[in-house]
Amino acid sequence: MTGGTPHTVGAMPVGVRLALMLVAEVLLVLLVRSLPAAAVATGMVSAAYLVAGVRPAQAWRTLRVVLLFAVVVAGLQAIVLPVERALLIGIVMVLAVAIAALVTLTTSTTDLLDALERGLGPLRPVGVDPERVALTLALTMRTVPVIGGFGRRLREAGRARGARVGAITYAIGLVVLTLQHAERVGDALRARGVDD
Amino acid sequence: MPTTSTPADRTHAARRSTSTDVALISCFAALIAVLGIVPPIAVGLPVPITLQTMGVMLAGLVLGARRGALSVLVLLALVAVGLPLLSGGRGGLGVFAGPSAGYLVGFVLGAYVTGWVSERLEGRIPPLAGYLTAAVVGGIGAVYLIGIPVLVWRTGADPLASLVFLPGDLVKASLAAVVAVGVRRALPDR
Repeated sequence: MTGGTPHTVGAMPVGVRLALMLVAEVLLVLLVRSLPAAAVATGMVSAAYLVAGVRPAQAWRTLRVVLLFAVVVAGLQAIVLPVERALLIGIVMVLAVAIAALVTLTTSTTDLLDALERGLGPLRPVGVDPERVALTLALTMRTVPVIGGFGRRLREAGRARGARVGAITYAIGLVVLTLQHAERVGDALRARGVDD
Repeated sequence: MPTTSTPADRTHAARRSTSTDVALISCFAALIAVLGIVPPIAVGLPVPITLQTMGVMLAGLVLGARRGALSVLVLLALVAVGLPLLSGGRGGLGVFAGPSAGYLVGFVLGAYVTGWVSERLEGRIPPLAGYLTAAVVGGIGAVYLIGIPVLVWRTGADPLASLVFLPGDLVKASLAAVVAVGVRRALPDR
């Protein structure tokens, strides 16, 4: 998702990027209430993409789903609302996603994970353990391919018997295999002293 | 720690601990992600219908309220840091600024309410009825409670328009209940 972007904003700490993103989102909702304002906002967001060095193809891949959705929504709303209002809804929708997606496009998953762990620090007094959260997230990333493998195996086993595996059989099998895997993972964590 | 018995406690009841919880939460988060990737059911819409919402309901039914909600939260955290784990391969911070962001937040509440209702009904009515009630109240009611207002706010759409997903979600709630009963049968009592 994040690889290969030239980091013009690389020097900006992740926390600052996230704060700027939040400010931009709030300003978008509060201030962009007319088409001229929307044009200015679109110019600013486009400029941010250029400065960040996001390639057009990359921007398109990231934003095409919301663009398509916005066109459909604006088209439908234009039937019942003034056209200007319908356009504004579509543009604000795309800009909101574009602002947040810019952080993802310019920041590595590792940096965001580190920022998340640091950000959870102040929650320690209410019982949040940042290290344990980080461990759980890292563990989950390694587990997705494992569970994906269980799913493939279930479907192949069905095909070998000449039957297509129905959604219910598939899901029951997948949940049971997941719970059994969790038991092994739990034992491994215990052996590494997570309970201590 | 839930005091009532969830299906997950059948394999893990003997050793409830932090390790068990971390393992269950993270493995189930991975399961919800996998249910969003394969196998998509094509229905001729630009949005692939996957079993991811069913995964959210199952998290509550199988793990209980607290662990179920935490597993959804773990999945969303990984999505937020950029992994494409939502149905259709969506991911990144953009999805939390999109018109369906409310449904994502609703997933956390939905898994919790599903688990909470299911734990309360356990042993009082037949499992299938209990699981179905829990999945409808939590996996649909609680999810819509946050999802629809946000969608309406961002799109200006008629709240009733968002009910086009209701039939599909009712099917998924029924599937989740049947699957949870199947899991319960498949796991040995300890």
